Amino acid sequence: MAARTLYDKLWDEHLVREDENGTALLYIDRQLVHEVTSPQAFEGLRLHGRRPWRPEANLAVPDHNVPTLNRRLGIADPVSRIQVETLEANCAEFGITYFGMDDRRQGIVHIVGPEEGFTLPGMTLVCGDSHTSTHGAFGALAFGVGTSEVEHVLATQCLIQRKSRAMLVSVDGELGRGVTAKDLVLAIIGAIGTAGGTGYVIEFGGDAIHSLSMEGRMTVCNMTIEAGARAGLIAVDETTIDYLRGRPFAPTGALFEQGAAHWRTLKSDEGASFDRVVRIAAAEIQPQVTWGTSPEMVVPVGARVPDPAAEADPVKAAGMRRALDYMGLKPGTPITEIRPDKVFIGSCTNARIEDLRAAAEVVKGRRVADGIKLAMVVPGSGLVKEQAEAEGLDRVFLEAGFEWREAGCSMCLAMNADRLEPGERCASTSNRNFEGRQGQGGRSHLVSPAMAAAAAVTGHFVDVRGL
Amino acid sequence: MEKFTDFTGVVCPLDRANVDTDAIIPKQFLKSIQRTGFGPNLFDEWRYLDRGEPGQDNSGRPLNPDFVLNDPRYTGASILLTRENFGCGSSREHAPWALADYGLRVLIAPSFADIFFNNCFKNGLLPIVLPAEVVDRLFAASGGPAALRIAVDLPNQILTPSVGAPIPFEVDPFRKHCLIEGLDDIGLTLQHLDAIRAYESRRRVEAPWLFS
Ligand code: SF4
Repeated sequence: MAARTLYDKLWDEHLVREDENGTALLYIDRQLVHEVTSPQAFEGLRLHGRRPWRPEANLAVPDHNVPTLNRRLGIADPVSRIQVETLEANCAEFGITYFGMDDRRQGIVHIVGPEEGFTLPGMTLVCGDSHTSTHGAFGALAFGVGTSEVEHVLATQCLIQRKSRAMLVSVDGELGRGVTAKDLVLAIIGAIGTAGGTGYVIEFGGDAIHSLSMEGRMTVCNMTIEAGARAGLIAVDETTIDYLRGRPFAPTGALFEQGAAHWRTLKSDEGASFDRVVRIAAAEIQPQVTWGTSPEMVVPVGARVPDPAAEADPVKAAGMRRALDYMGLKPGTPITEIRPDKVFIGSCTNARIEDLRAAAEVVKGRRVADGIKLAMVVPGSGLVKEQAEAEGLDRVFLEAGFEWREAGCSMCLAMNADRLEPGERCASTSNRNFEGRQGQGGRSHLVSPAMAAAAAVTGHFVDVRGL
Repeated sequence: MEKFTDFTGVVCPLDRANVDTDAIIPKQFLKSIQRTGFGPNLFDEWRYLDRGEPGQDNSGRPLNPDFVLNDPRYTGASILLTRENFGCGSSREHAPWALADYGLRVLIAPSFADIFFNNCFKNGLLPIVLPAEVVDRLFAASGGPAALRIAVDLPNQILTPSVGAPIPFEVDPFRKHCLIEGLDDIGLTLQHLDAIRAYESRRRVEAPWLFS
């Protein structure tokens, strides 16, 4: 057989049937469900008198609308509350496992899936959420779908798909000290652009990727969607398999070993061909800070805000001008002179235990700077929160003047009460700096957890390596 | 799904690249558990001068006169002309729901984000990818005192603008068929029940850990 990419292998293994014109029916092993993109899908099932094909292949958890404070009081906003209650009722009606707001396993869907071992290598996994790309870190083909497709998977355990092209992003060499997975993925997006991955599934390879922990790999795959790609993938290795052992939904005993033997084959063959290859030297990557309203508008922390006058492409230059205007920034300003009003450490990109440890290490023995109105840490799940508390990280944050919240999406998209006010500037570990993303008129700068922590304690962006 | 029929419509030019789905329909409207009613909040933050809330009466809200959708020339537009990477970001199907609910039926851009592109077809919206130069020409033609109109012929895959030559376009044959016939994907997939069952029984043996 010809040499195949990891993507080819995952695709071939899940092909139920294919038409001559290339339209394929792909089997979907598992689906994660949250409250925002599922109500209309369940409603569709009801309207057509359909039942889920395999209820046990789904796991549901509310995350976008949940409050991060005083959770015992319930959700104050009635519209948010109805959405969460609707999910709970739908799961009860259709026999789907549901981790409610008061369950210690509740959290952001993309943090809960891997943490529970619900995500396994070699799977196809979808969710009505673009950051489903996160799960590609396990060598699973994972991608976001719309609500019609959520319903399609519930009803048939399949999706109608066309194969994407394959891109390899190889990050060669070693990342420098203090440079994280977040900086790496921001640098990749800066290099290929937010549409650079459109039509592709991106496999991340190279030494720098394989030296990352599972947490770091998830951060990289999480933001693949910000490069426009259908999915991100990382080949399975022992780090992957070690992470999965003993997780609640993972197989046990002989079945685990049988799975693991197969998982070890989940990498691109020697000589497999990619439609596009991008090589990046890890050693050149610096801590990154976004300055605009698209994740590709990113520069190293030591740089200055770029000047649209130097941009040759008129559409791009106009976009830059609009972004600078929205962000309230002048070309040529050193990034280190930008002063956030708020700091948000959280989201499915960076709210795992390792992220909180990295931030706490910077915060330890320091205080949130005077100019910062609010610095908050929102763990990605109840279990991450418990683990952090067992390690005393909550004390570190609280003593420094941070708020320590309950798990959820929170100010990543501000669907709950946590949001930026118009004109407020935020150092955020999330994944999107779009206009209004963290609150109407809010200005987001995407950074790593350590860089967000450094901005919190100094009051401005700063190279964390120099602290 | 309703069948996609040929029509002639007004073109609204939205001259921005990388328009994300957060801009198309802001998060607060995602709290709805319905599929309809998003049209009045399409591009809410650009279209109105105040902050919109779900369930509000939008008729009295202050409009942003600088936003193209509010330009009287483009009243009743059913075709949106825009720039590269339209629909990037969040996978929310509320974005095509809002565009369709507003009355748009065709979107034209040099490129679309993947998930969004997919979601359009499920909702009777036809996204058309045209080369950047052609899009440039349409932008030039649509900025005049009278709006540009385009006749859309899906069976023959031709756009005929009120000014300039007809423009052929590509569309995936399967998706075209589904649009024209108004087919429901789930119904189509369920015609392959036996293939799905056969696949599953094979996988239960090959990869039992996926079914434990
Ligand atoms: S944390 Fe943010 S990006 Fe992740 S699922 Fe929640 S809202 Fe989406």
